[in-house]
Amino acid sequence: MTGTDLGMPAFPPFPEAAREAVGNEVLRANLRHATHTIRDKRARAVAELDDWDRLRAAGKAVKDHTLRHLDRYLLELEAAVTAAGGTVHWAVDAEEANRIVTGLVLATGEREVVKVKSMATQEIGLNEALEAAGIAAYETDLAELIVQLGHDRPSHILVPAIHRNRGEIRDLFRTEMGRWGRPAPEDLGDDPRELAEAARLHLREKFLRARVGVSGANFMVAETGTMVVLESEGNGRMCLTLPETLISVVGIEKVVPTFRDLEIFLQTLPRSSTAERMNPYTTMWTGLGPSKGADGDGPTAFHLVLLDNGRTDTLADPTGRQALRCIRCSACLNVCPVYERAGGHAYGSVYPGPIGAVLSPQLRGTAAPIDATLPYASTLCGACYEVCPVAIDIPEILVHLRERVVQGGPVTREGVRVRIRPAHGHTAERAAMRAARLLLDRPGALRAGERLLSRARRLRPRRLPGPGRAWTDTRALPDVPAESFRDWWARERKSPQK
Amino acid sequence: MRAALFVTCVNDALYPRTGIAVVRLLERLGVEVDFPAAQSCCGQPQYNTGYRRESEPLLRRTAEAFAGYDHVVTPSGSCAAMIREQYPRIGRKAAEEGRGSTLAALADDLVPRVRELTEFLVDVLGVTDVGAYFPHTVTYHPSCHGLRSLGLGDRPRRLLAAVKGLELIELPGAEECCGFGGTFALKNPDVSAAMGADKIRSARATGAEVLCGADNSCLAHLEGTLRHAGEPLRTLHLAEILAATEEEPPR
Repeated sequence: MTGTDLGMPAFPPFPEAAREAVGNEVLRANLRHATHTIRDKRARAVAELDDWDRLRAAGKAVKDHTLRHLDRYLLELEAAVTAAGGTVHWAVDAEEANRIVTGLVLATGEREVVKVKSMATQEIGLNEALEAAGIAAYETDLAELIVQLGHDRPSHILVPAIHRNRGEIRDLFRTEMGRWGRPAPEDLGDDPRELAEAARLHLREKFLRARVGVSGANFMVAETGTMVVLESEGNGRMCLTLPETLISVVGIEKVVPTFRDLEIFLQTLPRSSTAERMNPYTTMWTGLGPSKGADGDGPTAFHLVLLDNGRTDTLADPTGRQALRCIRCSACLNVCPVYERAGGHAYGSVYPGPIGAVLSPQLRGTAAPIDATLPYASTLCGACYEVCPVAIDIPEILVHLRERVVQGGPVTREGVRVRIRPAHGHTAERAAMRAARLLLDRPGALRAGERLLSRARRLRPRRLPGPGRAWTDTRALPDVPAESFRDWWARERKSPQK
Repeated sequence: MRAALFVTCVNDALYPRTGIAVVRLLERLGVEVDFPAAQSCCGQPQYNTGYRRESEPLLRRTAEAFAGYDHVVTPSGSCAAMIREQYPRIGRKAAEEGRGSTLAALADDLVPRVRELTEFLVDVLGVTDVGAYFPHTVTYHPSCHGLRSLGLGDRPRRLLAAVKGLELIELPGAEECCGFGGTFALKNPDVSAAMGADKIRSARATGAEVLCGADNSCLAHLEGTLRHAGEPLRTLHLAEILAATEEEPPR
């Protein structure tokens, strides 16, 4: 089993990582404020459309159809991109993708690139790989810039710096911007407008100098070979149009069959992610186009790196594959009560929140402690499923992956069907579940157990040992009644039971 | 009308007064209540923790215990959702794995007959005023499975609003999970406790005397949190409020 890299260092199990965040009052307040604001706005934006349910069903259907015929659509896409003057590269994993991109940049003779915010390049740790090859990669999305300046990790798919407040960002700009380029003004305050202006001036230098741009894509259209990027700030469009060479790294699941299919997602993605009717910037490009290279408008070279990195293996699982419908809107993060308390870093991947909890253990496997605990990082409350614009039944996948963790079973790894063993550390739990089942499957024994419990009710401890301690540390145990319902019924109805 | 009560294992062992309240309430409304003694747990703890195979015998037991009843009523949205949503899945997967098709058939037979208490009252009996009397201020926490898996909607609140003497105060952020989540409460104790504490804070801010819910597992978590913190607010299952009369107040 290879380690599919999802752009994060080795991480502790989820409950341990979450404990730290839960105890951090500032972080919790930042997260609570941000997620509640966006979740309310999203609900209003979605309520404006009376055909939301149909759009959701249509998005799901298009994605499912595409995933079912992914091989065909990817080949169609490759042909269209090539015909339009682009070059298509196939990367089986992060290492190969990084090698391809690094090679392409080095071949231009350049030593710096400007980047459009992209989950795929974060997933493969491209910035680190480029840095190792002596290439500086500058993030140009405001929130990504904040994360990069802070030598930090993103904690949200759409708002990577959601865990930071204005004061923290001002301090970062003041101390760090000068080391990367144009420094922030000495008297910079924490007004959002001032902060944005400082970032704008800092980034402008980079846009005008850079000759290589690196992006991802929200969608790729198979029939035309068109790449689509949705964004809010316009920084992406600068990176996509100013440099001479454009390299796009895109997960293979991002393909849609036809241009018309975009109609659905251009409605559902902005409303789900930023609660906007339409995102301010939608940039589309198809290879180089007939005039490219002649009048110098736009890049003169375009490379598309199609990234697998565990996706084909995920596709082989009938229940888990629905996670590949994800359009990275992050609506599930914003409604998740667990994400709200644990923060994004606890998920140990660039994909935090509910979608990360189902995606990471599939892309990476369930062997590492973090991946074995992610499927349990949910109360199965279903809020994520309810808001998902492509109807991914996240609770269903979570339970499915829990089964994989505790029981093992068949999975596909690097295209080969293998049977994995249960993860370590579930022996006692398995025994307890089995014992509970045996008791519950014998009403006579259950009744005897209840009576014993009732008889010993005065001995009920205040604190439980073992795993039960987790309950009694913060919660009182329920009182044990003098009589079970079963016994009450038998007494009341004078019909003694077996 | 005759209905079988699926009391659930948590209610049987720890909250018998909820089951008793359901019996009194339904009998007051003219329903003949049966309690098939062969019933046990729906298998949700096993299934949701990843032990699907361990939940299969409990599916079989539950389906067989309630065979032949037109109506199966349960005072738990969570257990009703387990049956309605997951039993068909469990049956299908068992068949796929070559362990016969009887589980699937048992599930298909049981599912349409199972109703959570408020569904049974509103949809089957067609009542919202059940003739209850409860002169207190109440705020209602809809538990997630009732809310999202079953789509109970405003049924519980309509039932509460029709109770004589009761003043219903809306709970801010009512639709947010309380943090129980079965084994989640043990596996992720810190997040679970933080969610519980936030829920309690919202409930306390309403100024209500009673925090009402329709799932005793969620209420056990909230009641435990309240008592641990020494809070005077008390929790009560919806059925106990609906069963209350001037002659027989709850507890």
